[in-house]
Amino acid sequence: MHEIYEFDWSSIPGALPYLMHGMVISLEITASAVIFGIVWGTLLAMMRLSSISPLSWFAAGYVNLFRSIPLVMVLLWFFLIIPHLLETIFGFPRGTDLRFGSAIAGFALFEAAYYAEIIRAGIQSVPKGQISAANALGMTYGQGMWLVVLPQAFRNMVPLLLTQAIILFQDTSLVYVSALADFFGAAYKVGDRDGRLVEMLLFAGAVYFIICFAFSQLVRYYQKKLKVA
Amino acid sequence: MGYHWNWGVFLQPSATGSDTYLGWMISGVEMTVALSLSAWVIALLLGAVVGVLRTVPSNVLSGFARAYVELFRNIPLLVQLFIWYFVLPELLPVSLGNAYKQSNPVVQQFLSAMLCLALFTSARVAEQVRSGINSLPRGQKNAALAIGFTLPQTYRYVMLPMAFRLIVPPLTSEFLNILKNSAVCSTIGLLELTAQGRQLLDYTAQPYESFIAVTLAYLLLNTVVMFGMRWVEARMRVPGYIGSK
Repeated sequence: MHEIYEFDWSSIPGALPYLMHGMVISLEITASAVIFGIVWGTLLAMMRLSSISPLSWFAAGYVNLFRSIPLVMVLLWFFLIIPHLLETIFGFPRGTDLRFGSAIAGFALFEAAYYAEIIRAGIQSVPKGQISAANALGMTYGQGMWLVVLPQAFRNMVPLLLTQAIILFQDTSLVYVSALADFFGAAYKVGDRDGRLVEMLLFAGAVYFIICFAFSQLVRYYQKKLKVA
Repeated sequence: MGYHWNWGVFLQPSATGSDTYLGWMISGVEMTVALSLSAWVIALLLGAVVGVLRTVPSNVLSGFARAYVELFRNIPLLVQLFIWYFVLPELLPVSLGNAYKQSNPVVQQFLSAMLCLALFTSARVAEQVRSGINSLPRGQKNAALAIGFTLPQTYRYVMLPMAFRLIVPPLTSEFLNILKNSAVCSTIGLLELTAQGRQLLDYTAQPYESFIAVTLAYLLLNTVVMFGMRWVEARMRVPGYIGSK
């Protein structure tokens, strides 16, 4: 009997194509959720700052709602409840695989609430005089926002938005609850199949660490450059 | 569209007989709160130590603290949880590992979940502590050292009491995070609120009621914590700083 666990990493090389495929799914979910999240988050932030109270209430309610619910719960809504609802309303044939679409929608709507707060703070950090100047030049509200305020706000926000993207990439592992084979799901399945869960989980952790650490160092470097400029 | 709403389902006796479905919800809330609170205490203690280490004038200690923070920040919570739950017992010496595996499964789940949440959050607390210490005017440290305090005394009597009061708002929002992150622990079978929600869905066949009830329970927990936070923040505010009234 061995007192110490004996590692056996031999299931990793053969599983690499499957793991890569999982990584592509993770990255696809991340990228689409970042893009939709930033677009919807920008709209929410502008609504929240707008002087039309119903819009601002709606945005505040949306952001607070999504920020109070765990992501796992949101994903379960999107995997277990919403597909049924859509089936009944739109008459999709039963058993249509909506998991990938659900995952993207769930992440995008959830992350938009977090992006909205980052973007709101970014917009508020632009001096008021900029809007007055835009108005004085005869720009409409939309033009002033689009051409003057948002470009400056986004420049300051880039590091925070990227950091949020790293968090989102880590959070994509939670699609595990839908049994969708993203990178983590793939690693878990391989480990479970070969009885090598220990090695596969450590391997998955190492891969996530390398990617996230490298990317966060890049963000930090960029942030320093931004400060100097 | 044919969906039969039935909120009364929560008062029906549950499938296991000894309880109502509402009782399941309540035990889920209790588990979520117990898990979050116990993990929070450990996270605060560990985070304070690691955060202080990040600011001390010693490359070895601050390097160790930085590695600690980066390690726990750059691995997804779910992966960390699975490593605590599935990997750690295997890596322990066999006799110890076996004893652990033979213990009550609920205890195993709870311990893994608590350790996981505690260490994950401690890295984030450490960053808050560090930024709190770094935000103090440098003169405070220099003045303390100049009047003959040792470095540990400077931390204990001058810097930490100030720094902790300054970082109360971000720390309390970390508690909200731990509450939400605890939902991840449903994946290892711990019967906290989210897991109870899934059970409710399976047993009652009333998906909307089950999920709406669990979502409302999270909103309620959040609201309670937020009001608690406001009270603590008002008491801890440092006069003369922005945000104090």
